[in-house]
Amino acid sequence: MTTPQILPVERPEAAEQPQSARPWITIVHDDPVNLMTYVVFVFQKLFGFSRETAETLMMDVHTKGRAVVSSGARERMEYDAARLHSYGLWATVDKQ
Amino acid sequence: MSLFRRDGEECVATLSIDEVRVLRRVASEVVGLLTEGFDHDDPVVVRLFPAVYPEDPQEAADFRRFTEGDLKTSKIDQAGAVLAALPGEDDLDAEGAEVRLDAEASEAWLRAINDVRLAMGVRLGISDQTDLDFELTEEMTRDVSSARAFQLSVYAYLGYLQESLLDAIMR
Repeated sequence: MTTPQILPVERPEAAEQPQSARPWITIVHDDPVNLMTYVVFVFQKLFGFSRETAETLMMDVHTKGRAVVSSGARERMEYDAARLHSYGLWATVDKQ
Repeated sequence: MSLFRRDGEECVATLSIDEVRVLRRVASEVVGLLTEGFDHDDPVVVRLFPAVYPEDPQEAADFRRFTEGDLKTSKIDQAGAVLAALPGEDDLDAEGAEVRLDAEASEAWLRAINDVRLAMGVRLGISDQTDLDFELTEEMTRDVSSARAFQLSVYAYLGYLQESLLDAIMR
């Protein structure tokens, strides 16, 4: 007799999930006009990020050309992109 | 050059006559661009209304159909808030005029100035490599009455004005 062996829960890799189950992401792209302080302000205002998180994301946008600012259901990402557009940020939606 | 400061709950700036006129002009231009002048092929419109699915024109068009009207209305409203808060020509004297913005108007101005800067940035071909001071000096040296030099100076001024307003809002 033996104790039941607890198997590690198998988590399928993202690539194995059906397309529809993969979350969507909102991406903010770098542009030469928006002020860095303004982008930090918008990130904090729309997503409730701490100043530190908002600044890190802003620097990612600035230095890497883009940053993922939210992920989840597609409709939600479209909503986030629309809000970012209303502040003049260049946002797109994509699959993760 | 006038900048915003915080006074209690309000953001306040004392604008010169020229600044009032420049702001009135650029805010009116944005309204024009979003109303009778609206053109999806205009690079400024492309920038103000980005394709949310750049790889999928059909999906992008569907998204646009649902969101463009609201986005356009909010941009017209925020440019309208700038025009509404600016003093009329009759209220201008040599000292200029004071503009007082409550929290809601401050936010509208912040976003409207950003739209103007985005539009001018596209028209002026502003890039990450643009050295505004250098270009402005060069353009002025070439032709002191150059239209581009004037536009560049307005663009630079709006950057300082927006930064000061943001600073006043967050104070």
